[in-house]
Amino acid sequence: MSALTFSLKTQPAQRVDLSPLAPQLLQGLSIADIAAIELQSGKAKLRVDELFTIEGDDTQNIIIQNSTAKLDFIGKELENATITVEGDAGAYLGIGMKSGTIKVTGNAGLYAACEMKNGYLEIAGNTGDFLGAALPGNKMGMKGGTILIKGNAGERVGDHLRRGTILIEGNAGDYCGSRMTAGTIAVMGNTGKYLGYAMRRGTLLLWNAPQLSASFNDCGSHTLAFLPILFASFKSLNSKFADASVAFNRVQRYAGDMAEIGRGEVLVKL
Amino acid sequence: MIINGVTIDATFAEAFPMKATRAIITAQNEKWAMIAAQAMTGFATSVIACGCEAGIERILGPNETPDGRAGVSVMVFAMGGKSLAKQLETRAGQCVLTAPTSALFAGIQSDIKIPLGKNLRYFGDGFQIAKKISGKRYWRIPVMDGEFLAEATTGQVNAIGGGNFLVLATSQPQALAACEAAIEAMRKIPNVIMPFPGGVVRSGSKVGSKYKTLNASTNDAFCPTLKGATKTDLSPDIESVMEIVIDGLTKEDIDKAMRVGIQAVCDLGADNGIRRISAGNYGGKLGPFHFHLQEIMA
Repeated sequence: MSALTFSLKTQPAQRVDLSPLAPQLLQGLSIADIAAIELQSGKAKLRVDELFTIEGDDTQNIIIQNSTAKLDFIGKELENATITVEGDAGAYLGIGMKSGTIKVTGNAGLYAACEMKNGYLEIAGNTGDFLGAALPGNKMGMKGGTILIKGNAGERVGDHLRRGTILIEGNAGDYCGSRMTAGTIAVMGNTGKYLGYAMRRGTLLLWNAPQLSASFNDCGSHTLAFLPILFASFKSLNSKFADASVAFNRVQRYAGDMAEIGRGEVLVKL
Repeated sequence: MIINGVTIDATFAEAFPMKATRAIITAQNEKWAMIAAQAMTGFATSVIACGCEAGIERILGPNETPDGRAGVSVMVFAMGGKSLAKQLETRAGQCVLTAPTSALFAGIQSDIKIPLGKNLRYFGDGFQIAKKISGKRYWRIPVMDGEFLAEATTGQVNAIGGGNFLVLATSQPQALAACEAAIEAMRKIPNVIMPFPGGVVRSGSKVGSKYKTLNASTNDAFCPTLKGATKTDLSPDIESVMEIVIDGLTKEDIDKAMRVGIQAVCDLGADNGIRRISAGNYGGKLGPFHFHLQEIMA
């Protein structure tokens, strides 16, 4: 079986909701059935074959070629399948994904991996705001799995993060780790203002000294035993995080946000 | 059967099903990992009164431990899952949590999980932090020397306890020397522990006693000073008997440990005062696992 490949024929005029093309919804469908699926694009409904050339037959291994930032909800609630996006992805990439793998060769939009439950999501480029966050009004963001961003991330990374790991090789925007309940966010580049704003628990692991709010208290420098284990878990990743030379176990520890319960921590490489 | 002048009795060791687990203790260096391990496996010679049988399986190099530090692998055996969990938790809490620089990790995988750091976390009084890494949950518990890192659970497996053999010698020093040689060889075998002091027990027991409150008492048939006073199992030339008890994960593990142990004793042979190898059993009615000495040495 070869990967089911959707090649975008032309740039769509409006944003397109690709959630009907999630692999778990395509199981057992023929190419003709898939071609006939209607996708919402603005007010219009477009057949899949109007937008894409379809090849291959493995519905659990999907490739989206010539992808653009207008393709939203790619891999919604993904279960035990693989999606490769060649190009950019729109908003809500991998929203609520339960397991499996999504890889994007370009950039992704807002709310990537929002409310993700498990699995692995990798974005080679940059990503928009609210990476791994909760939808507006919801109290729980990403609950498990791993996100790797090789570029930069926007604002509010891991807003309401509950569990799981977000790895950012580049920079993160303002409010990184805001309202975190738990989980781990690691940023190799720089972070913006209001880091860990209202975080309750969880770990922000930084390579560069942040601009911390007054509600984070210095707990001193420490050697932490869990860090080698954490870094060892990154070894299989295709990432700078897998490089043993970037690992460390000496950190400056800041506790916060003291305006909340203050059980969170910002660990900065020493 | 006679090996190097040592008679191997046509008898068998009788062993029982137990529940077992393994934990890995690491520390800043081997010295402190060993101190924690010795404390954790102390007072754990026999389930008769200790609640469990525990021992050090082996020393681990930094490349064999989860956190890349020096470590020691310990195994704990108990008669049931509940008592195993209780013993593991109290020993981990009092002996490993308290030992400077230590960390504690699961040493065996199984579908049945028992708490390792899962309940010790409450020592953190709300400051404890959970980290789930590669599917395993760890607890970071703030302590006065830094942070105590403990994996939440370890596995519980079915195991066998009570494999044994007796070394019968013409003098006490010769019996001990033979047992020391046996233990040195047996410590190289994985998945087994010899829970008694130094691996050797000088007070082997029989079931029951003339005193109603005791369920075990001295194995008078093998006591050399009672050769003329009881129904003895000893010939006149035997002056000292020592026993090695083995707990292991599988019958094959215990077989292997018994084989290398008995072989080490026999290598010393009759020239060094070793006369017989025997084993303790209860007539085969109590324990489902029988380790026939002559089959093992065949």
